[in-house]
Parts: sequence; structure tokens; C-alpha cells
Amino acid sequence: MTAPMDTATAEARPQEGRQKQDEAVENAIREKYKYGFYTDIETDRVPKGLNEETVALISGKKEEPEWMLDWRLKAYRNWLEMDEEDARWAKVSFPPIDYQDAYYYAAPKKKEGPSSLDEVDPDLLDTYEKLGIPLREQEVLAGVKNVAVDAVFDSVSVATTFKKELNKAGVIFCPISEAIRDHPELVKKYLGSVVPPGDNFFAALNSAVFTDGSFVYIPEGVRCPMELSTYFRINAAETGQFERTLIIADKGSYVSYLEGCTAPMRDENQLHAAVVELIALDDAEIKYSTVQNWYPGDENGVGGIYNFVTKRGACRGVNSKISWTQVETGSAITWKYPSCILQGDNSVGEFYSVAITNNMQQADTGTKMIHIGKNTRSTIISKGISAGRADQTYRGLVNILPKADGARNYTQCDSLLIGDECGAHTVPYIQSRNRTAAVEHEATTSKISDDQLFYCMQRGLDAEAAVSLIVNGFCREVMKELPMEFAVEAQKLVGISLEGSVG
Amino acid sequence: MLEIKNLHASVGGTEIIKGLDLSIGAGEVHAIMGPNGSGKSTLSYVLTGREGYEVTEGSVTFQGKDLLAMGIEERAREGIFLAFQYPVEIPGVNSATFLKEAVNAVRKHRGEDPLDAMTFLKLIREKREMLGVQEDKLKRAVNVGFSGGEKKRFEILQMAMLKPVFAVLDETDSGLDIDALRVVADGINNLRDPKRGMLVITHYQRLLDYIEPDKVHVLQDGKITRSGGKELALELEDKGYGEAAA
Ligand SMILES: Nc1ncnc2c1ncn2[C@@H]1O[C@H](COP(=O)(O)OP(=O)(O)OP(=O)(O)O)[C@@H](O)[C@H]1O
Ligand SMILES: [Mg+2]
Repeated sequence: MTAPMDTATAEARPQEGRQKQDEAVENAIREKYKYGFYTDIETDRVPKGLNEETVALISGKKEEPEWMLDWRLKAYRNWLEMDEEDARWAKVSFPPIDYQDAYYYAAPKKKEGPSSLDEVDPDLLDTYEKLGIPLREQEVLAGVKNVAVDAVFDSVSVATTFKKELNKAGVIFCPISEAIRDHPELVKKYLGSVVPPGDNFFAALNSAVFTDGSFVYIPEGVRCPMELSTYFRINAAETGQFERTLIIADKGSYVSYLEGCTAPMRDENQLHAAVVELIALDDAEIKYSTVQNWYPGDENGVGGIYNFVTKRGACRGVNSKISWTQVETGSAITWKYPSCILQGDNSVGEFYSVAITNNMQQADTGTKMIHIGKNTRSTIISKGISAGRADQTYRGLVNILPKADGARNYTQCDSLLIGDECGAHTVPYIQSRNRTAAVEHEATTSKISDDQLFYCMQRGLDAEAAVSLIVNGFCREVMKELPMEFAVEAQKLVGISLEGSVG
Repeated sequence: MLEIKNLHASVGGTEIIKGLDLSIGAGEVHAIMGPNGSGKSTLSYVLTGREGYEVTEGSVTFQGKDLLAMGIEERAREGIFLAFQYPVEIPGVNSATFLKEAVNAVRKHRGEDPLDAMTFLKLIREKREMLGVQEDKLKRAVNVGFSGGEKKRFEILQMAMLKPVFAVLDETDSGLDIDALRVVADGINNLRDPKRGMLVITHYQRLLDYIEPDKVHVLQDGKITRSGGKELALELEDKGYGEAAA
């Protein structure tokens, strides 16, 4: 992140606590992660390690055209020049990663690529059923809003639903590998246009070895007829997942997209380094929601996913809008700053975030709002909840460039601490080079209050239900931004991820 | 139904309740009066199991069970209810949702099915109208932006919904205007029941005009110094605690 011109740092650590209630709060923390199972399925992998051959093998597996391989190799060579140390400015700590000691491609072995849902391996269908992800279209009841799902299992997309219905509306929703083959003109034009391959260490790595993810194109004037979602599942051991998502909303179009993520429980850390690029043209709107529930590791910090993600949206057109909503409950380490580049005049960027860290989890997350066009507006609402011995940082940049007359930003960062051993930090960077711009920042840090816990429990709620209720209340402004279909699930997840944080 | 024997309790190492005896039978309403700082709220917290309120001696038996051995929520589910002197705000938590969670937690404990949305709404509407709580209050966050009087009404609404076995009302009359006092008192009277006990903490004999107590106790310096019928409240009002207790 660029050096701040004005830096305000607010740090908070809880003071000495009130004994018993807090003792209960600090009591042995046991997290229950119900997605931690492993699917025993025959896997096709490229050999361990990372070199030009690995890159070529991945490209070959995907049957990619020459230009794509060239693009990857360029990114790979770029990555070789980069230093991981440069990505370690975040307030997270982890041992050195041996990039040669991992697999970069793992895919369920299949007889032939599934051309319809009926051909998807039943083991995989069962896996998604267990995860609560609907892959069987016919099961959706009348009256219930449909959600199209792209299911990514390790390095490949195994199924995409409702393709026909979406085609009718002219919407393209497919695995990115398929888009590279079938819609090269769109991919060539937009891939890497928001997050250049050399943007940062993990983005460069992703650009070299990305495996699957979703591609979305909404044509001019089309309101996407249903929610789109991608569900990422890491299954194979010692394998990194390098998802790549590209969403283009053409003039006057609208799309709401949601991603979900889970992984088995393992003692080793696994790397998930994703890149997501969003492009909104004139009068277009993209609503991007994430419910991130990667395996967080156990209560002693063993295992869990390293979630090092670059997400960025460009509001290229006038009056365009990009809205990020994230509920981050999983991962051992989260390093993630979904951002908006507000190029078009009157464009709008929003960032709504709930980040929960429990046990030994670490999260350094926030956003960047880059105001370039006139009358651009951005809103940042961040709710951080820390429990156990977890550590969390909100890191945000609001950058108003000289031509952004009338730009507005409102930032609100609230942190909630549960127990006495966790930490919360707020690091807002503000750079304003336009006198007509207005930037507003509010930050609060509070402890979950004994009064509130007692009040709820006096009404019959147990400690966990009380915490879940209070925390959901604390996050309400963000939760209400989630699509209805997912809000209930996210609320439950808040409760689950804080299980064990009170006695 | 509630038997308190030689109760001693301290807060932060300081003894506040210093040997208190009290026995309340089913269907009875007792009032406790006493000067500021005498330990009235402390007693209510000890009965409800609040952390930090340490019982050093004595016993409390509730319907034949050792109340002090139960956790906070267990006591609540067994039917102990406290109308708070200072109701707590819970930002972002819808009041109706809060009530529903509470009602269903208690129902579950009793082996009853959770109330479905329709039944719940019907019930809440009935109680709400009885207590003059406007509908929009229930759409707001718990106690957030409620006036002092509105908070107290909401406490009684919760009590009406939860149908406790034994209720402690801590200065529910404080901060109520005359009309509100009457509404709240009516609400409480409606909840009088041969199977339900109540302990009403108040500074004003005025409340006792509406809610006629079976007994009045004076709490001073952590002990009950006098007990009597409702006429004791009048005497206290007249003479003050100093003289009346003597
Ligand atoms: N957490 C605490 N730590 C130390 N002392 C406390 C604490 N809570 C209460 N006390 C003390 O205990 C005593 C009794 O307080 P309590 O709130 O029970 O009084 P009360 O009878 O309810 O008074 P009021 O009529 O003003 O409501 C007071 O002297 C108070 O200062
Ligand atoms: Mg009091």
C-alpha cells in the first residue's frame, strides 16, 4: 500500500476485565467447523513444484490457446522477480512458504468432461449436497428465487447450473477456462485490466498458475435474471487454490454475485491466492458478496487456509456502481482488500465488511477507494469482531485524486472485542488532493458488554446464543446488504464461528 | 415458593447483603423499600445469578430447588424474571426477534415446541396493546432510543410474554408518568396469579396504591429491618426510613 500522507492509527486493547464473566469468556475455546470433511475421490494432479513446465502443464490441461500460455509465462517470470517480503506489510505473521512444496493443479479424475448435470460424478454431487449447495436444478421449488451456481472443486469447475436460462437473457456465466476458449475477445480485453499480473506477489503467482473460477458477462441493458454464485471447495491436500474470477457488466446492466468457500480440516496450511476483477461500464451495477468460511485452523492455530486475495473493481463508466459485501469468518490468515477504482464521473463504490476472528486467527482486511472521476462517492462500513487470541486489523485507503471534484467518502469502522486476549487495530489512510472533496471517518472499539450478556441470559438465552445475537446486532448494517437468500446462512455462520468464545 | 435464609453476598469483596431472610409464597406479592444503596438491586442480581455477585453464606430455595446452584439462563428458564432498574440497550437486535428468541428458549426448556411466526405475532400484539406499547417500538433495536418510560413498559411486555413463575420488579415505577404508571400497574396486576410470586422494589408508596402488596419489607444496610402489611409503606412515606425502622 502506498505511503500515507495523513495517517491516523487507532489501536485498542481491552483493559483489565471483570473476573468471572470474562473467565467464562476466555474459557477453553473449541471451534466446530462442520465443513471439514474430505471427499475421497481419484485426483489428477500435476507434479509438485513450480516452474515454467508447471505453468505449461496447467495451461495444457485447460486446453488453452497460445496467447493465454504466453500471458501466464510472462506473469510467472514477473513473479520470479518479486519478493514475498514485499507483501508482508500487513499485520499478520506466518512462517516462510515453500512454493516448491505444493501442488498447483488438482482435479477430480473424470471420464469425460460433464456436459450436463446428469454426468457430474455422484460423489461430487453428494459433496455439494453435504455443503448445502444446490446443484440439482429441478429441486428448486416454485416461488423460490433461483440461484445459478458454478461449483469449483480444487482446480476445476465441476458444474454450472441454469446455463440455459441465463443464455436466454444473453448472460454468460461459465468457468473461466471455458471463457478463455469460447470468448477469447472478452477475456483478452479485460483479464488483467483491473489487477495487472505484476500488481503484487500473490496476484502475480495467481496470474501464472490460476486454475478455475467464474466468468460473467452481462450484456448491455440486461438485468441478470437470477443471483449468480460460485462455490469454491478446496479438497485435495497440499494443494493451493488459485481462483480467478472476471465479471463484466456492460452498459446499463445489473448483476448480483455471491461466492462461498470451504475446505477440509488439515494440520498443514494451504494457500488460497485468488484474483477477482470486476468491470462496470456506464450506468452498470455489480453487487459482489462473499461468505468466506475456509477452514480457520484449530484452537492452537494449527492448520487452516492462508487466504491471500486481490479483489478489485473498476467503475469505468459514468454512474456505475460496485458494491462489495463480505462476511469473513474462516481462514487462518486473511489478507484481503476488495477495492474500487472510481473512474467514471458520479460512480459509486461501497464496501461492507464483517470480519470475525476467533482462537488464533489473523485478519488484515479492508478496502481501497480510489476517487478519480468527478462526484464519485464511496462508503465503507467495517465491523470487526475478535475473540480468543485472535488479532485483527482494518486497513483502508481513501485516495482522492486531483480531478475528483466533489468526491465524498464516509468510513465507519467498529471493532468488538470478546475476552481479554484478542486485539483490534484500525489503520485508515486518507489522501486527499482535491479541496472540494469531503472525507468523513468514524471509528469505535467496544467490548461485548457484561450488561448485554446478562440481560440476554436473564431472558433465557445461553451464553452462545446471547453472543451470537449481540454480534449479529453489531453487524446488522452489513448483514442487511447481503442477498436475502444468503443472509440467514451468514447469521448462523456468525454464531458458529464464535462458538466456544464464551464459556 | 421462594425461601431466602441468612443470605450474605458481596460485590468486589465488599459485603452488601448482610444476613437477609425472606419467604414469599405462591400467589403473594411482596414489596421491598429502602434507601439508596441499601442493596435492593444487589438482591435482585443475586437472585438472578449475575456474575460478580458472590454469595458467601446462606441459601435460596426456589420451588424446592437450590436456586444458587443454577446458572443465569437456567434460573430464567425455570421462571425467574427480572424487570431491570436500568434496561440494557442492544444495538442492531430487533426487539421482536429478541422476544421471540427469549420466549422460545423458555419454551424449549419446558419441552414445548417453538412458537410459529403467526402465533407469536398474535400473542405479542395482544400484550402490546394491553401495555400501550406502539408497534413501531418492536421494530426497533432492543431499548435503543426508547425513553425511560418506554423501556419500563418493554420490561413488563417481556414479562407478560415470558409468563415467569417468580418476578422481581426493580423500580419499574421510577421514571413513569402518572398514566404510564397506571398502565404498567394494570399490566402487573393482570399477571398476578395464584401460582406466581412477585417481589416489587420501589421507593414510592404510590405504586403500592395500584399494586396492593401482601407484605412490605424495609431493607437497610443489607438486612430486612422491618416487615409489615401495606400500611407500613404509608408510615415510611410519612416518617422516612430513619424513624420508621427504629
Ligand atoms: N459492582 C459494584 N462494585 C462495588 N460496589 C457496588 C457494586 N454494585 C453495587 N455496589 C454497592 O452496593 C451497594 C448497594 O447497591 P444497590 O444497587 O444494590 O442499591 P439499591 O438499594 O438498589 O439502591 P437504589 O435505590 O439507588 O437503586 C451500594 O453501596 C453500591 O455502591
Ligand atoms: Mg437499585
